[in-house]
Amino acid sequence: MKHEKIEVNAGLLILFTIIVISIGGLVEIVPLFFINSTVEQVKTTDGRDAIHPYSPLELRGRDIYIREGCYLCHSQMIRPFRDEYLRYGHYSLAAESQYDHPFQWGSKRTGPDLARVGGKYSNEWHTQHLLAPRSVMPDSIMPNYPWLMENELEYADVKERMRAQKLVGVPYSENSEEYRANVERFGKEVADRLDIIRAEENLMRQAEQGNYDGDPTRLTEMDALVAYLQVLGTMVDFKQFEEGYFARFR
Amino acid sequence: MEQATASPQHYNYDIVKKFAIMALVWGMLGMSAGLWAALELAFPILNFDIAEITFGRIRPVHTTLVIFGFGGSALFATSYYVVQRTCQTRLWGDAIANFTFWGWQAVILLGAVSYMLGYSQGREYAEFEWPIDLLITVVWVAYLLIYVQTLRRRSQPHIYVANWFYIGFILATAILHVFNNLAVPVSMFTLKSYSAFSGVQDAMTQWWYGHNAVGFFLTAAFLGMMYYFVPKQAGRPVYSYRLSIIHFWALIFMYMWAGAHHLHWTALPDWTSTLAATFSIMLLMPSWGGMINGIMTLSGAWDKLRSDPIMLFLITALSFYGMSTFEGPLMSLKSVNALSHYTDWTVGHVHSGALGWVALISFGSMYHLIPKLYDTRIHSTRLIYVHFWLATIGIVLYITAMWVAGIGQGLFLRAFDEYGNLQYSFIETVVFLHQPYVWRAIGGGFFLAGVLVMGYNIARTVLAARREAAGSQAAVAASAA
Repeated sequence: MKHEKIEVNAGLLILFTIIVISIGGLVEIVPLFFINSTVEQVKTTDGRDAIHPYSPLELRGRDIYIREGCYLCHSQMIRPFRDEYLRYGHYSLAAESQYDHPFQWGSKRTGPDLARVGGKYSNEWHTQHLLAPRSVMPDSIMPNYPWLMENELEYADVKERMRAQKLVGVPYSENSEEYRANVERFGKEVADRLDIIRAEENLMRQAEQGNYDGDPTRLTEMDALVAYLQVLGTMVDFKQFEEGYFARFR
Repeated sequence: MEQATASPQHYNYDIVKKFAIMALVWGMLGMSAGLWAALELAFPILNFDIAEITFGRIRPVHTTLVIFGFGGSALFATSYYVVQRTCQTRLWGDAIANFTFWGWQAVILLGAVSYMLGYSQGREYAEFEWPIDLLITVVWVAYLLIYVQTLRRRSQPHIYVANWFYIGFILATAILHVFNNLAVPVSMFTLKSYSAFSGVQDAMTQWWYGHNAVGFFLTAAFLGMMYYFVPKQAGRPVYSYRLSIIHFWALIFMYMWAGAHHLHWTALPDWTSTLAATFSIMLLMPSWGGMINGIMTLSGAWDKLRSDPIMLFLITALSFYGMSTFEGPLMSLKSVNALSHYTDWTVGHVHSGALGWVALISFGSMYHLIPKLYDTRIHSTRLIYVHFWLATIGIVLYITAMWVAGIGQGLFLRAFDEYGNLQYSFIETVVFLHQPYVWRAIGGGFFLAGVLVMGYNIARTVLAARREAAGSQAAVAASAA
């Protein structure tokens, strides 16, 4: 066929253009939903799923993380290099962000990676660091976030948020059948936290017990954000897996 | 096919004028936001503890205003102009065209305000929340409709090559936008939503979108601009028609494969990112083919570089296009990417494309276009030269500072001491970044100053044209009386 045919026919031009631009995406994206090894199975020693969805408080913290655009300076994706291993820990697994809607891998490290920041610092440190980064890290260029401590955490719509997450595939439970499935899959303790019906109660209890912002009298955005930061990268116990196990999935 | 030959009076220039002026307005605002963000990184006190203007919220304001506000409006303006001129017919649908104008301006404004208030999808260059995404979709369908209908009533049998690129851009943007923004709102009464995909699939979709926002929005479409305005300003035909055919099909095919190079060494499977790297390297060929086609259009009229500052903008834009499409494949190599990823090298790379290619080709096209729209001459040719040099110095400062910052930080972070321990802590790299960040802000300041000079020059041009038009109308009225 001569190219001229396309040059004089808008319909043909559009048709061929659509075909040509569709191929790359179809080949690269669609298989990721169907090839099982794309997201590895990570089980605990008692056969449960190691990676589980966020608790209501952590989910609210994650919303705040996205609101403030933290992903623009912090990645959550450790690459399999020696320097990154020494600095941040084991490289990130696909499974570790399987409940992240949207993913927060990031593209720029103006600050360090946060994929495994959970448990590295105390709640007190995080709160102080978020309020005034230069008070704990004099050379930091991170903005101060004083409003996190001033704003009461809004959680009236936390059930709606969890339902929206459930709609996109996160296994929060809303009836006894789903709850039992979660007990089977994640264990009772985790399954309790994933129950939408008890969301508010769970959120308050975790904030009270965790006392993330150091002020037990108030439930602030700081509580939620620190709770989220403290869970990042803590779900897989890498000591349980033989060396090279995860390399099979790369 | 409806046959309709139009004289300039019959073209819809009104819509082109509106978009052209708004491109400049968004350009000034968006680049100011960018300069502010750059200064915040150099001097964090400038965040002023005000939530709405902290770096994390102002950065998407910057990218949205410059890509979609400045770039988008420039593309609407030039595509509406080019399709009318090359088809020699009036733009289809005056009212719908006006809707695309007001709809698009609303998108930009609502986007910027919503980010400052803390509503963001958390996806780079796709931060718009769902109601704005829906509005974009409607505007975009209207845009496609107008474009196709105008093509259908062309009075020329051939669809000129610039229009292929514009069509490619409109179609690809529609597909990318729809699939990357699939999300479920928390409720009908809140802006907050969660993306349909998660983790690795979400990352792949986002960077398929993100890279092709560069490939189609910021490249193919501006190549459409190039294929019209470079030959027009040079007064010569495109260097090689055959090359432009290969350029078009190869470029739009290959770009769509390249996105996963943003995810090298991540939890994305190796096969995907290797495939993306392969296509990224092959992309060098159509990219340079297009650059050569553009620059060689000037062959036989090289003296225009000496006498015509608009030509200087267009050809320098193509040179930066060539440079950044060489740097891109280089950075998509896994070994290079291991160092460059997560650093300011990426930021420098995107700005050598965005400032050097996208903005310069737009400025050149606008200096050609605006006097034609208002049937007048530019207020000051000297100020075009001033703008050109301010812009060029600004770009060179900017990208050099980012090379230093990015390569420097990459090397710091992978350095080991003689005992095999990490040689530097992360915060030491932050200290190192301060000076390049200051220089980057200075470079950005130069570039912004150039745009302000352009704004002044264009404002004087337009105001003078309006006075003249009003004067001649009054004269006509007086003689009639």
